[in-house]
Amino acid sequence: MSETVASVSALIVKTLLANPKVPRDINGSSKIVEDLAFDSLAVMNFVMEIEDTLDVSVPLDRLADIRTIDDLAACIVSLKQAS
Amino acid sequence: MSIFSKYEGLASALASVTAGGGRNPFDVVIEKPISSTVGLIEGRETLLFGTNNYLGLSQSPAAINAAVEAAKAYGVGTTGSRIANGTQGLHRQLEERLSAFFRRKHCMVFSTGYQANLGTISALAGKDDYLLLDADSHASIYDGSRLGHAQVIRFRHNDADDLHKRLRRLEGTPGAKLVVVEGIYSMMGDVVPMAEFAAVKRETGAWLLADEAHSVGVMGKHGRGVAEADGVEDDVDFVVGTFSKSLGTVGGYCVSNHDGLDLIRLCSRPYMFTASLPPEVIAATMAALTELENHPELRIRLMDNARRLHAGLQAAGLRTGPQASPVVSVILDDVAVAVAFWNRLLDLGVYVNLSLPPATPDQHPLLRTSVMATHTPAEIDKAVNVFATVAREMGLSHAA
Ligand SMILES: Cc1ncc(COP(=O)(O)O)c(C=O)c1O
Repeated sequence: MSETVASVSALIVKTLLANPKVPRDINGSSKIVEDLAFDSLAVMNFVMEIEDTLDVSVPLDRLADIRTIDDLAACIVSLKQAS
Repeated sequence: MSIFSKYEGLASALASVTAGGGRNPFDVVIEKPISSTVGLIEGRETLLFGTNNYLGLSQSPAAINAAVEAAKAYGVGTTGSRIANGTQGLHRQLEERLSAFFRRKHCMVFSTGYQANLGTISALAGKDDYLLLDADSHASIYDGSRLGHAQVIRFRHNDADDLHKRLRRLEGTPGAKLVVVEGIYSMMGDVVPMAEFAAVKRETGAWLLADEAHSVGVMGKHGRGVAEADGVEDDVDFVVGTFSKSLGTVGGYCVSNHDGLDLIRLCSRPYMFTASLPPEVIAATMAALTELENHPELRIRLMDNARRLHAGLQAAGLRTGPQASPVVSVILDDVAVAVAFWNRLLDLGVYVNLSLPPATPDQHPLLRTSVMATHTPAEIDKAVNVFATVAREMGLSHAA
């Protein structure tokens, strides 16, 4: 598979929009905690969903550096390339 | 800007819990225990259904006497850490007693169960290793993962297939893989399918650590926990536990057959840099362990009581977890309703734990109740009646 940051980012946005509580106007530069009002547990649970879709595991310490949806997408792409 | 301004959200969440004159649920004072099952709260005798005192041993006469005698003989503290002046003969004795109880070669005793998790997990999983944690792990397990330097991966709660999938993704990566599960999960009282995790561990060559904090003294023919009950003790590399639940005192431990455990004594910071348990606690713990070993009927009574409470709450039309276990949680939908329900229970003389998200699985508020072997059937029925009364008052009893 050849995921790009843009394609992974689009997939994350699509997954997030399936949750009716998430604001409708999110995009790749939306901040996960501030713009989505996710607490730490909600972030971990939503990342788990993405992990399943893309067959990748994102270690929790990597999440500490992630602010935006694009950051998460870039992290996932680099993890996939490394594996 | 105040150093506390980052906690404004917390302050307003707390204010909304206590709005309308409700109590602060995190500030309940048990003025004095009257027995293992009754405490004085707000000057009233209140039934205790929210402790972890599963066998009632915090009030064991044998443990109390042992504590008194030990304090007289040895004093009340060690003033030192285990690796300096804080290891006395009693600490060694307690480690030997626990090794014998669990039939494992090695035992390390810590000053709390929290530190036992912090100290084993952070030291066992090093920089190039992977830690795989159940998503609903206790805070002490998450904190242990942050104190160490391993890469941390969560798997879905109690889902051995999900763990397997995540281990498969790590195939070929160097570094040890340490899987951490709990015996009984403290919020919902659900039991780990330990045999399934043992099978994944065998197949993948991972290491398995089980925190049996809530299950030792509770599950298994001899009270060694879920690993014993499921017949897979050989697959569990490390058992972590606490004295603060079924044994009624305070402290924690890790037991294992791996000789390497002794090296952990020299690199586990929560073991090395804190004072060791005082003599009276050790003596009381050993006496409580003797009670636990000599009175298997306590475990039978505990499970009978668990089934009685679980069935009673369900019959009252309340939603609980699927399994009868010593922890039975009533699941509610709305935080304000949970807060009002909890206050009313306490008004009517029943103490339970109010657990609020995000500390609960699935974002539901819980009324976490726990039973003891020492509860009488009449006490359980009384608590169930109070639950039913409040549920009716609040219009919550669904047809059962
Ligand atoms: C699953 C679990 N592990 C560890 C601990 C920590 O034990 P202690 O309270 O004895 O420090 C607890 C309880 O607080 C627990 O529920």
